[in-house]
Amino acid sequence: MKIEGKVWRFQDHVDTDLIIPARYLNVSDGKELAAHCFADIRPDFAEGVHEGDVLVAGKNFGCGSSREHAPLAIRETGIRAVIAESFARIFYRNAFNIGLPLLEAPEAVQALKEGDRVAVDLGAGTIQILEEGETFQAQPVPPFMQDLIQAGGLVPYLRERRIS
Amino acid sequence: MTQPMTITEKILAAHAGRELVSPGELIQVRVDLALANDITAPLAIQVFREIGAHRVFDPERLALVADHFVPNKDIASAEQARILQDFAKEQDITHYYHQGNGGVEHVILPEKGLVVPGDLVLGADSHTCTYGALGAFSAGVGSTDLGAVLATGETWLKVPAAIRVEYQGELTPWVGGKDLILFTLGRIGVEGANYKTLEFCGSTMEKLPMDDRFTMANMAVEGGAKNGIVAPDSITRAYVSERALHEPVFFSSDPDAAYENVLSIDVTEIEPQVAFPHSPDNVRPVSKAGEVPLDQVFIGSCTNGRLGDLRQAASILKGRTVAPGVRVIVLPGSREIALQAVREGIAETFLESGAVFGPPSCGPCLGGHLGILAHKERALATSNRNFVGRMGHPESEVYLANPAVAAASAVLGRIASPEDL
Repeated sequence: MKIEGKVWRFQDHVDTDLIIPARYLNVSDGKELAAHCFADIRPDFAEGVHEGDVLVAGKNFGCGSSREHAPLAIRETGIRAVIAESFARIFYRNAFNIGLPLLEAPEAVQALKEGDRVAVDLGAGTIQILEEGETFQAQPVPPFMQDLIQAGGLVPYLRERRIS
Repeated sequence: MTQPMTITEKILAAHAGRELVSPGELIQVRVDLALANDITAPLAIQVFREIGAHRVFDPERLALVADHFVPNKDIASAEQARILQDFAKEQDITHYYHQGNGGVEHVILPEKGLVVPGDLVLGADSHTCTYGALGAFSAGVGSTDLGAVLATGETWLKVPAAIRVEYQGELTPWVGGKDLILFTLGRIGVEGANYKTLEFCGSTMEKLPMDDRFTMANMAVEGGAKNGIVAPDSITRAYVSERALHEPVFFSSDPDAAYENVLSIDVTEIEPQVAFPHSPDNVRPVSKAGEVPLDQVFIGSCTNGRLGDLRQAASILKGRTVAPGVRVIVLPGSREIALQAVREGIAETFLESGAVFGPPSCGPCLGGHLGILAHKERALATSNRNFVGRMGHPESEVYLANPAVAAASAVLGRIASPEDL
């Protein structure tokens, strides 16, 4: 799976309240949630993301609550991968479960700047800054997990397999 | 030779049908109790339906608690709560709680004896780790994972490595579980225990009341931990003996169990702690808080909304009035606690002091309703998170402390120690 898009750069310890403030959790529809993604710290985010863009952050991304609405909101904005130095435990599992791939790549995070264009190859685990050509290596996403992401998450993945 | 294990590993092994488990292993476990609330259950129920399930794995082993936006704050949240009610009826769920019969999920589940020592509990809420105070394994998961548990009663887990935190010595006045956990978070940082177990032990823990233990296990997730846990003892037994709905199993760590790290903390020098914005690990002793005027004080939540917490706050507010211009909100964690607070005259003390005494609800803790902060406003709260915008406007501030500090601060209108009164 290959992803190409613009980098949206965030800091360390981005918590789930920043990703989707609790006052918007009175609905569970992904599109409605996406409209408020990062509403408090990046009001331009939800509108500005283009399909295929990549979110880049520091340490402990997704800390805080277990709300699955957080990865769901990010995915529904059009973000296709999150690259961070590290992820909080519950968010890590939730993100893959709803089909949002995560890559841990501390060196890439150091190099990537807001607005950079990147090419991410999940199968190879590579992250390339297109302008400069510099490439970073993360742990490759295994084939079964790529299938799961392609399907849109664990539930559609299991349903597809049951049918076939 | 059997391999020594921690209490967490023993509980996981017992639920995986295994003799032993080791950190890093992936295991399949059976779940004693699954939990979801009015924010997370609608998504989990959607997942349950999408995977083609028709009946929950056991209608007596699922707790559905509407507590975050309760009493329903608007039409959308009322619709969400309705999904729980309809599902509970359709599936004959025994433990469905809403408003009058309920309260804050992590307060009522132990109180009603749904969780007992030795259990394995998964909940679609990050503070599910609270039940570790009983010597149970409990962890927060997302709605997809919980939806699958609803259908099967099983899930897979990675066995966490453990950090042992040993607290030694006598606590000084006005210092309790909240201060111990805040102090610990200050030491290890908000990702210091990511993916790991925080096991709380030592001579201080042996005397610590259950309410304080719940507070500590509750905030294990603020260090990134998968679970927090306290080995059950006579205090635990006394708590569960009058409540347990099923038979407890008392586990403890082997003396030679392996830990990734051991932290030793002398509590005799610890004073009440305050976490400054915008992170629970940004702590300092209350004497070093400086001049921080407040607009609001919140006493309640799954962290500090128990009877012991309310008693402590009331003991300070008795005969005093809250500072002019400070809004003080007290939300008991459950109906039982509210009722007891009324019987003991605690509710009267709060009202006489100028506080409001509201319904059991998560309320302002997560900025849902019942006390939202305006632009630039400052609140001191007994809850668990002080992230940017947590209780309202993104430019508001939240400071975290224990109920005694909250009450003293309410009286003085600034962050203060009970010693300052």
